[in-house]
Amino acid sequence: MASIELRNIRKAFGAVEVIKGVDLEVRKGEFMVFVGPSGCGKSTLLRLISGLEDITSGEMLFDGKVVNALAPSKRGIAMVFQSYALYPHMTVYENMAFGLTLEKGHSKDEIQKRVEKAADMLQIRQYLDRLPKQLSGGQRQRVAIGRAITRDPKVFLFDEPLSNLDAALRVATRIEIAKLHESMDNVTMVYVTHDQVEAMTLADRICVLRDGLVEQVGTPMELYEHPNSVFVAGFIGSPKMNFISGEKAKAFNADTVGIRGEHINIVPGNGTWTGTVIHTENLGADSYVYLEMGTEEPVVVRLDGANNYKSGDTVHIAPMPDKVHRFDAAGKPIR
Amino acid sequence: MGATIDLWKITKTVLFYALVVFIVVVSVFPFYYAILTSFKSGTDIFRITYWPVSFSFENYQAVFSQGSFPRNLLNSIFVASVTVILALFLAVTAAFALSRVRFRGRGFLLMVILAVSMFPQIAVLAGLFELVRAVRIGDWQMYNTPWALIFSYTIFTLPFTVWVLTTFMRDLPVEIEEAAIVDGASPWIIITRVFMPLMWPALVTTGLLAFIGAWNEFLFALTFTSSNDTRTVPVAIALLSGGSQYEIPWGIIMAASVIVTVPLVILVLIFQRKIVSGLTAGGVKG
Repeated sequence: MASIELRNIRKAFGAVEVIKGVDLEVRKGEFMVFVGPSGCGKSTLLRLISGLEDITSGEMLFDGKVVNALAPSKRGIAMVFQSYALYPHMTVYENMAFGLTLEKGHSKDEIQKRVEKAADMLQIRQYLDRLPKQLSGGQRQRVAIGRAITRDPKVFLFDEPLSNLDAALRVATRIEIAKLHESMDNVTMVYVTHDQVEAMTLADRICVLRDGLVEQVGTPMELYEHPNSVFVAGFIGSPKMNFISGEKAKAFNADTVGIRGEHINIVPGNGTWTGTVIHTENLGADSYVYLEMGTEEPVVVRLDGANNYKSGDTVHIAPMPDKVHRFDAAGKPIR
Repeated sequence: MGATIDLWKITKTVLFYALVVFIVVVSVFPFYYAILTSFKSGTDIFRITYWPVSFSFENYQAVFSQGSFPRNLLNSIFVASVTVILALFLAVTAAFALSRVRFRGRGFLLMVILAVSMFPQIAVLAGLFELVRAVRIGDWQMYNTPWALIFSYTIFTLPFTVWVLTTFMRDLPVEIEEAAIVDGASPWIIITRVFMPLMWPALVTTGLLAFIGAWNEFLFALTFTSSNDTRTVPVAIALLSGGSQYEIPWGIIMAASVIVTVPLVILVLIFQRKIVSGLTAGGVKG
């Protein structure tokens, strides 16, 4: 178990600063997700925690001890890579045991016990004699996770572990990882993803990054209900939050008004706004109606069940008053 | 119409195979003729035949009973093997640094390595000779020992070997190395237990070429050794002499040449099965 503390961490590659001063605390046993658009520095931040990249300035503390100069293997971490990064010439068993065989003081029996325990957790015991090339993508990623478990780390790092899997497998593996977090409640986990659904479903707390800076840290619901900026509001939640600016927003005493699709009602008349239906999507359980009403992007309304609106229909809509997010010109919320 | 197209097709096929046969004959004929000659004896040698007419091991017996040929053969094996081991060891470690360690002047260094391999042997012969003569440790001196050859062959093999292995290592997925770092592997462990098993094809290819180069080398071997006991086979063959200075023992020369070639053929046959591609399959998504 370890808490991780980042104090004004900066990272520059040559003249390009990628991480521009990050302060963050990851609590013991917490599942922290770094999320953000590509190029925001989330993977770099993870690699700084792992020790694979050197910190340019600032301090990194594990359990209150500075680890800036500590080698990755000495930090008590294990890492799962996006591309699995298994050793192609070793069997699954050898892959999982490799780290332990390099550490001194583990007997063969102990290594075998630990590998088998991890293999049982991930149901890959029947594959222990195979080579990585004989496994499917999902199985390979499970082996990669198993290799990390075998090392019995204090901190578990995931670098977009699901991006190479197909959609169905991604959901299944996501659930595996969530279960893993529950069963290893004394292990701190840091997980990088660009997928906000993964972030929302897995995280105890989410850290939204943008251009090398922390935009907001909080529980998924905090971020969903009280986004600290237009950026976070737009990034968290699916479909994306609708933003309405200009005259319509002035009526709300704000520069920009944000309202989620699920917080808009279609009303028979006398709505706050009117719009023309340009497209509808029926997903069965819910459906989306896209409205053209003079905003930059069409406004999306999420309805339960199917709907019968057709392109060209004019509808009146009303946002739920207590769900309206108001932002000032700088993109900060007005509360 | 159909007939003319068929005719054209047949002509093309015939021309293609004629060319293949021509190339094979041109490249194989010298060696075939050497084998043929090596089994002839006496004056048969000077009669031109293209098919075996007589068969005798006389020349082979003569080679092994004459002077220091067996010793020369051992010298060749020793020099070539040690050169390969030394060159591969240096090249693999250098390739790791050149492909995976970021340092100033890396690109420049690579270019210099490539440039070095452009010098013809004869251009550096005098300088190398001085170097070899200068190396002495106590009573021992490098000149006229196999080590002089190993030293100079390694110098000439390294640029190519380093270059090929660097290119190959650069293509190995970085994540595999990083996974090994997280697992606590030192650079030495990464090289020996993670990279080398993945680099078999490149190691075998470069090793084989280094071996062949060292095995066939003549100029350095002639210059840096001076006694029958330290010579390697190519020089020994060139210096084989007959009963008088007017007689060139073609039969024995041919037998020796065949003997020298056989180990190379065997080596290639053994290792060609090791040269399999796609060894990294399955390690990373690809």
